[in-house]
Amino acid sequence: MMPAQGFGRRYMKAFLKGFFVAVPVTVTFLDQVACVARVEGASMQPSLNPGGSHSSDVVLLNHWKVRNYEVQRGDIVSLVSPKNPEQKIIKRVIALEGDIIKTMGHKNRYVKVPRGHMWVEGDHHGHSFDSNAFGPVSLGLLHAHATHILWPPKRWQRLESILPPERAPVQIEEK
Amino acid sequence: MLRSILGKTFRLLGYTLQYGCIAHCAFEYVGGVVVCSGPSMEPTIQNSDIVFAENLSRHFYAIQRGDIIIAKSPSDPKSNICKRVIGLEGDKVFTHSPSDYLKSHSYVPRGHVWLEGDNLQNSTDSRYYGPIPYGLIRGRICLKIWPLNDFGLLRDSPNGHRFSDE
Repeated sequence: MMPAQGFGRRYMKAFLKGFFVAVPVTVTFLDQVACVARVEGASMQPSLNPGGSHSSDVVLLNHWKVRNYEVQRGDIVSLVSPKNPEQKIIKRVIALEGDIIKTMGHKNRYVKVPRGHMWVEGDHHGHSFDSNAFGPVSLGLLHAHATHILWPPKRWQRLESILPPERAPVQIEEK
Repeated sequence: MLRSILGKTFRLLGYTLQYGCIAHCAFEYVGGVVVCSGPSMEPTIQNSDIVFAENLSRHFYAIQRGDIIIAKSPSDPKSNICKRVIGLEGDKVFTHSPSDYLKSHSYVPRGHVWLEGDNLQNSTDSRYYGPIPYGLIRGRICLKIWPLNDFGLLRDSPNGHRFSDE
């Protein structure tokens, strides 16, 4: 016959042991490997959220792919907003360091992307708060690479890294 | 025999994973020990000093003017810089060098901070690369651990004239 207090104690110990394993592992996984996020806004239409606010897409964010800050032109990435650190924004990478790009609505017509920076734009030009407004962004703000749409089910797909041909850089720096 | 070796290996891997995750959470959300190198923060922090940086202020957006922070370098995200916050968003900062005759100033944009090293003569900071986004800040240095004769809280900025009153 197990005394009631002894049973409660053992249960507590087992619970705490499981807790201290599960919480750090889950938090580390969500920070370093992958997580999911709901996309809000119209700046990436038609690639993301083509239905507007009626049905927001949920995307898979892959942290592991950008752990060394390696991105390709055409990738859809999430990053910390340079104007509001509490917010994350999701845009497409148009140019990398060393590229010269022709801007749309930026104060300079042509911009050379500095070392350690990238140029991002939303697919829905004119409705996007992106590098055309705040200039090149530091790679240190990179959060994750959006690789798949997970929800709604009829929009399950892999997000392709396509660079719109009319937005290709004027000059690409060869490595 | 083989089964017990495999069992031990998996248990070892399991513990490594578990403690690795706990260490990651501690560094990311609480703080950690950092070795500083370079002359840009002298005399407050010398080359090879060891300091303790806490990461709570960054998460709660409680970084203040005068704090010494560690941030990712804007031109190389894999390396870190250690500077003092001279201005927060909206603050007026002086952009001229100490040797300039005419004073110039500008205002720190929204979501950015202006950083300067305490060793103004020998520091590459916001006077060179401009204000950096708040999102690059990784932690705030709160305590010096080594050398022991300088243990404790860090001194205020020796360059009080760089802080604007507005």
